[in-house]
Amino acid sequence: MSTPRSRLRPADVGTLARMGLTGRPLRALLSAVGIALGVATLVAVTGISGSSRAQLIAEIDALGTNMLTVTPGQSLSGGQAVLPATAPTMVARIGPVQSAAAIGDVAANVYRNDRISAANTNGITVYSANTNLLRTVQGHLARGTFLNRATIRFPAAVLGANAASALGIDQAGGRAQVWLGGHWFAVAGIMAPTPLAPELDRAVLIGLPIARSLLHAGAAPAEIYVRADPASVAAVEGVLAATADPPAPQNVSISNPADALTARADATAAFQSLLLALGAVALLVGGVGIANVMVIAVLERRGEIGLRRALGATRTHIAAQFIAESALLALLGGLAGALLGGFATAGYAHLRHWSAVVPGTSLGAAVAAALAVGAVAGVYPALRASRLSPAEALRTP
Amino acid sequence: MTALELAAAGKQHPGSPPVTALRSVTLAIGDGEFAAIVGPSGSGKSTLLALAGTLERPTSGEVRIDGTAVGHLADHELAAVRAYRIGFVFQQFFLVPTLSAVENVATGLLYRGIAAAQRRDAAAAALTTVGLAHRMWHRPGEMSGGERQRTAIARALIGRPAIILADEPTGSLDTATGLGILALLSELNAAGSTILVATHNPEIARAVPRTIGLRDGAVESDTGRAA
Repeated sequence: MSTPRSRLRPADVGTLARMGLTGRPLRALLSAVGIALGVATLVAVTGISGSSRAQLIAEIDALGTNMLTVTPGQSLSGGQAVLPATAPTMVARIGPVQSAAAIGDVAANVYRNDRISAANTNGITVYSANTNLLRTVQGHLARGTFLNRATIRFPAAVLGANAASALGIDQAGGRAQVWLGGHWFAVAGIMAPTPLAPELDRAVLIGLPIARSLLHAGAAPAEIYVRADPASVAAVEGVLAATADPPAPQNVSISNPADALTARADATAAFQSLLLALGAVALLVGGVGIANVMVIAVLERRGEIGLRRALGATRTHIAAQFIAESALLALLGGLAGALLGGFATAGYAHLRHWSAVVPGTSLGAAVAAALAVGAVAGVYPALRASRLSPAEALRTP
Repeated sequence: MTALELAAAGKQHPGSPPVTALRSVTLAIGDGEFAAIVGPSGSGKSTLLALAGTLERPTSGEVRIDGTAVGHLADHELAAVRAYRIGFVFQQFFLVPTLSAVENVATGLLYRGIAAAQRRDAAAAALTTVGLAHRMWHRPGEMSGGERQRTAIARALIGRPAIILADEPTGSLDTATGLGILALLSELNAAGSTILVATHNPEIARAVPRTIGLRDGAVESDTGRAA
């Protein structure tokens, strides 16, 4: 007479795992906390840095990724090259260039008034500029107005955001003045920060005509800002050097400030890996905690194990029950952690007025990692449970 | 037909010196029999039941269950023998405290791979058989000792095994309740179940048709099969 095989339905394995946990809810809760914290850390770290990066990229996109800058590079002889005075107009003639604006060096310092010691320059640079600079760098004014066709011919200045605070000036128009190169200049406006042209934040801008006539500034541009058709940025970049300085294009250096900002956003990812490692360690410690709790459970439940063996469970069935219980415990911890991490990300993003970005892949990966840790943590206790001799297990006092 | 057969079966636990729990027991329990193993503590009653239930392997001799020799079966094959041919009743009941009576009884069919709904139907029927239809949804903690043991008996008989092995089924119960359990076992036996009970309670032993006396790991007396 042949006996059919012992069989345990997969659905029943799940039920057994659930039963094992609900039998001791407080212990299950406490041992899942470690896993939850690990997963929450992983999710929050990727979520917060992801949100921050998304925010930065959105800001860069708002500023436009189609701005290029032209600066004099090194000449062949090793000295500082000089851009031709004609470069801005030449560059502006390139087809897809929407606007081009230059700033020029002005050998002058700026002070709050004529009583300030000459040494106290605050590190503020004075540049000459044209009226289209603001539009090209997509800057905004915090106060007053930018240089216009009238004010570029008169002693009027526009202060960069940092320069204004360094000079202690928060009013424009009216009677606000600065002492610039030995002359009084009226403060026409104060600019808001310009992320794509950060050098302007710590500068004072005056009109090119007044710079040349009053302060004897040269005509060579120090930097040219070029705003190109977004579809043709690469093409413009290719011809920019040769257009700016046809005889010596190798003296011209071209860069895309948006690229630099994006690179900076990516660089923060390096910092992230440390925190991710911390989260992974928390996850592992959580796994050890679960293994611990499961070993104790096996010791306590010898009677139950003996009974199940008597009812016809194979060693595999016993092992499966305990591994499933351990994995379920970790999975619940993982889900709770994912939720917690998601909330942490949302809360932080809300505080910073960002939109929260929780990458689905990192959520999935964190929960899967928790599940894997739980399953591995359950292996040793499960083996111990399955190797118990049924008769011995039933002799439990 | 013989439900259970021990042929010179012995059990020695390793150690120095080795401990002999059962010397050489030859015994046959026929289909439909109701027998009691009696003897003082340490006489080998539990070991005999563990060998009969394939919970332990004999170190000598052979055990046959329902005609199948189990000596050389692999662990999973022994598990299958337990799942299909043997029902166990223990002194400590071994009920899961968080499960209702019907769920506890249904566990008796868990390792046959039967669907949960069918298990539950069979469990309800088994509980009715042992007179606990009204306790279906109570947890062990809400039941008396006698009711708990009835639940455990229902779990043992749910799969209609060839033989039910009961190790001190009345050991945790007062005399009156114990006699109630005995009456239930007699009823089940009358209805066709083969039952082997280990007990050190002479009152119980007297009420069972066949009594096998054990002493120091060997059969000392056997009233033989009742006519």
